[in-house]
Amino acid sequence: MTMRWDVTLAIIAMGLVTYICRAGGYAVLRAVRTPPFVDALLRNLPAPLFAAYVALSLSRQDLAATLASIPCAAAHLRWGNFGLSIVVGVAAVALLRWAGV
Amino acid sequence: MPVIFTRDGVRRGVLRGIPLLLGIAPFGIVVGVIALRHGLTLAETLLMSALVFAGASQLLALELWTDPPDILAVALAAFVVNIRMVPIGAALSFWLDHLKGWRLWGSLFVTVDHSFALSVAEQRAGGRDAGFLFGLGVFTWVGWVASTAVGHVLGAAVAFSDENPIFFAAPASFVAILAALWRSPRQDVPPWLLAAATALGTQALRLPAPVPLLAGAFAGAALGAWREWRAQSVAVRR
Repeated sequence: MTMRWDVTLAIIAMGLVTYICRAGGYAVLRAVRTPPFVDALLRNLPAPLFAAYVALSLSRQDLAATLASIPCAAAHLRWGNFGLSIVVGVAAVALLRWAGV
Repeated sequence: MPVIFTRDGVRRGVLRGIPLLLGIAPFGIVVGVIALRHGLTLAETLLMSALVFAGASQLLALELWTDPPDILAVALAAFVVNIRMVPIGAALSFWLDHLKGWRLWGSLFVTVDHSFALSVAEQRAGGRDAGFLFGLGVFTWVGWVASTAVGHVLGAAVAFSDENPIFFAAPASFVAILAALWRSPRQDVPPWLLAAATALGTQALRLPAPVPLLAGAFAGAALGAWREWRAQSVAVRR
């Protein structure tokens, strides 16, 4: 159960920033009205963030990973269960790599 | 009807959280396995899950993890992923505005998307016990910390190689999140494509992490916000 000081510091920084988003958002938005464009930007941030992440991640992986994203997304659209979608994605990668893709 | 905070409300929140474990546990196990792969000890993994308690941002930070860790990069990653939580607290003001001290700041600490959505549903159904939000949040927090610990222990026991398909679990999680956020081709394809293209273009310029990710995210979000604003202006003119 060892902990490195630099890793601990990075984790504390992440925790602090996350709590600022959770609690600071409540405290600030109660007192201040943000401009409509900033509201819209915040609302629209999550999906492009994950789109950028998936594009970067797949650009560094093999074709099997890119192809496996399709059944993974389809499983989520069909059943809406995160655990199951992850299992489908991992199984598809395993199957495609086994098939030589 | 005044807002209350009772033990019974906390208990009902806990009971409502039990089925959620089916969705939380696999994601937590994946985060635990990936934390081990990036060299985090069990204690560090537990501390991260306990303090951050936000799966997507933990996974993203782990994907950007270096040795020694780039504190600014991981904090920035956590901020950008969790910025979506800023309006969540304000949207729960129907209960939070009536709380003080640990009940208020503790409830905010354990609030995640699931507890937010279920609390809004509870309040719409006439619920006035803010203990529900706290109980649900604490229960999902315990489930999250425990499942990441299970993932870490499992990863150590099985010793997966770097090529193991299990590590596709991280991108698969984000593909599933994207699928969950999908609305329609017209609304989503342009900002998502711009985000992906900007991220890949910035990466090709060899700019350091997390610049490509942030450039892509904000380019896509700006386009999405602009399109929303334009659609509202057209609707007002009509």
